[in-house]
Amino acid sequence: MELTEVWFVAITVLWVGYFVLEGFDFGVGMMLPVVARNETERRVMIDTIGPVWDGNEVWLITAGGATFAAFPEWYASLFSGFYLPLLLILVALIVRGVGFEYRGKRDSVAWRLRWDAGIVAGSFVPALLWGIAFANIVRGVRLDADHEYVGTFWDLLNPYALLGGLTTLTLFATHGAVFLALKTRGEISRRAASVALKTGVAAAVLMVGFLAWTQIYGGVVGTVILAVFAVLAFASALGAIARGRQGWAFLLSAVAIGVTVISLFVVLHPNVLPSTINPAYSLTVENAAATPKTLGIMTGIAAFFLPLVVLYQSWTYWVFRHRVGAG
Amino acid sequence: MDALELARWQFGVTTVYHFLFVPVTIGMSLLVAILNTAWVRTGKVAYLRATKFFGTLFLINFAMGVVTGIVQEFQFGMNWSTYSRFVGDIFGAPLALEALLAFFLESTFLGLWLFGWGRLPKRVHLACIWIVAFGTMLSAYFILAANSFMQWPVGFKVNQRAELVDFGAVLTNKVVLATFPHTVFGCWLAGGVILMAVSAWHLARKRDLEVFRPSLRLGIAAVLVGALGTLVSGDILGKIMTQTQPMKMAAAEALYETRQPAPFSLFTIGTLDGTKPIYQLEIPNLLSQLATGSFDGKVEGINNLQAAYERRFGPGDYRPYIPVAYWGFRLMIGFGLLAALVALVLLWLTRGRQVRGTGWVWKVAVWSVVLPFLAHSFGWIFTEMARQPWIVFTQMKTADGVSPSVGAGTVLTSLIVFTILYGGLALVEVGLMIKYGRATPPSADDAEPHDGGETSFAY
Repeated sequence: MELTEVWFVAITVLWVGYFVLEGFDFGVGMMLPVVARNETERRVMIDTIGPVWDGNEVWLITAGGATFAAFPEWYASLFSGFYLPLLLILVALIVRGVGFEYRGKRDSVAWRLRWDAGIVAGSFVPALLWGIAFANIVRGVRLDADHEYVGTFWDLLNPYALLGGLTTLTLFATHGAVFLALKTRGEISRRAASVALKTGVAAAVLMVGFLAWTQIYGGVVGTVILAVFAVLAFASALGAIARGRQGWAFLLSAVAIGVTVISLFVVLHPNVLPSTINPAYSLTVENAAATPKTLGIMTGIAAFFLPLVVLYQSWTYWVFRHRVGAG
Repeated sequence: MDALELARWQFGVTTVYHFLFVPVTIGMSLLVAILNTAWVRTGKVAYLRATKFFGTLFLINFAMGVVTGIVQEFQFGMNWSTYSRFVGDIFGAPLALEALLAFFLESTFLGLWLFGWGRLPKRVHLACIWIVAFGTMLSAYFILAANSFMQWPVGFKVNQRAELVDFGAVLTNKVVLATFPHTVFGCWLAGGVILMAVSAWHLARKRDLEVFRPSLRLGIAAVLVGALGTLVSGDILGKIMTQTQPMKMAAAEALYETRQPAPFSLFTIGTLDGTKPIYQLEIPNLLSQLATGSFDGKVEGINNLQAAYERRFGPGDYRPYIPVAYWGFRLMIGFGLLAALVALVLLWLTRGRQVRGTGWVWKVAVWSVVLPFLAHSFGWIFTEMARQPWIVFTQMKTADGVSPSVGAGTVLTSLIVFTILYGGLALVEVGLMIKYGRATPPSADDAEPHDGGETSFAY
């Protein structure tokens, strides 16, 4: 396999990791006003992701860094082109991250409510915008011959992209609710499961529509199979949560999100950022890539360290495998 | 202002702000690890209380460092896309490695340390904070290696863009070999000052002596080791800077004409850029020593270098903004030395198991908390601004690195958003640091870890 292909796969893996992991902590953040009834319950909810959310976010930083290193042209066009959505995502991630750490640091109801609002908004905004961003990547944007984005912010809010945004939003909300059902006990767990079913039905409908629409941007038999598989996994997740099988439900919703991301990348390939002005202007795994030298060095290092990261992060989840409860 | 100037302001504002938190993270993770080790080794509960007390301060700061760091990674692509296209083949790899090798370690093991009290065996738990401390220093190495490429590009060839030839050369750039110890020692100094200033506040009120006397002494030790290390590595870095970026050294001294031997001016009264000094306090031959290692070495002046660069790179202004370079250099050194001086005084006052000290000494010690932040900020402002007009020295000018597709209005929007957001968060952060800095350390009972995972909330 060409090194450029290896890195296309590696970046897919990093985004899968990011959305599967941060997907549920976005969901927990969004569920804060929906599932919790009082301060203790809010603390229980946040403590389910307390030890891991920061590690989850590093998947994003690694995906960004890996894109910069392996496909500098992609990184440059994407980040300068998607300027305002990324600005909003950054602000959201800042407010939310600080919110987790600071909300309990003053004994004041107003203080906590403000940070909680920040956590909810800071989870909601990226959950929506990442879907919008990825839908635009798959669909293509107005790239000129120099690979510069010449569209506007409003071009990014096209119907397909908005559908993508709503899909990730509801998927992550459901994923988070399933995680909460799994990680808490008693009343919170039951409430989270029942919310998961409701958002899950909406997510399933949106997901079917979004993945069907995605096929017109380069779908093949393989991507249709992946899309069907993702939808089936998600439907099974909902079935599992309905039957109280929370562990299976979480695993299946993680698979559904992961396979959805994979299917988007397969549709995208061999492009990395198509141009809607002229296909000849599209960024591809070839013309966006770093040199084989850089890719080779990075491959060696990632082949050793990425599995190591997975290993010690898994250990964290094992250490904190117990359900969180109040008193 | 055009998009270029706004993008430069944004980079300056967000980077200096981010680097208020980085030195504390690097310095304090090590010091908290040492306190934690002291507890595990001796079983003395005072060390445990100190660990938890300073651990809280560390976490308040860490959160800000993490979230402002994401902005840094995104910013290269958002505002500096032409630069990113040009250097991505070399510059991207250290950033990716920083995330893959260091950030994962830091964030994962910090979560384990924070939530793992009483759940992990004592020594495993202790190992977690040491891994965090190691991770912070590892991340410093990678990001400084990337920055050093901008100061002194090595291990590459130009083929429309800068392409990697020798990754080992990039990672062992002589600039990073000096910048890394210089920065890390500076971070220990910063962490030490936090321990020192906070402990001083409590000792002035004679509170919890058994917690804060050892903390103060540890802080002092960190400040002194940090200051000494920063001086030695800074001296080496100065000589490397003279070889690699002579214009930066000339600008640091506002030395317009080449001199042999060259004196070091402590300060100047006159025009800001030092062209017409009215009064100047000079130490003869010292600049020659700092720059070349010999007391009668020749130091190139700004005017000669300007002429030489015009011959080499074509017409243009190759001089950085001299007042910032001259004063940034002096203020960096001055504030660092001042912190060391405070530490020396406190070392003397706390000799022989005693705690002496009058009100104003403690007051000075508490206020010394601002010194390392000033020193670090001026250091970065100096080293980045005195590299101008280059974004990658000799290879690409800053003016050519900016994103062509991003308009001034867009950059202005994000500059305003970040400035307001960062300003608000600074107030919140400082408020919390003061609140928790003045708090009573957890009592022996509260500090003692117990396997009460269900009822104990870390947040």
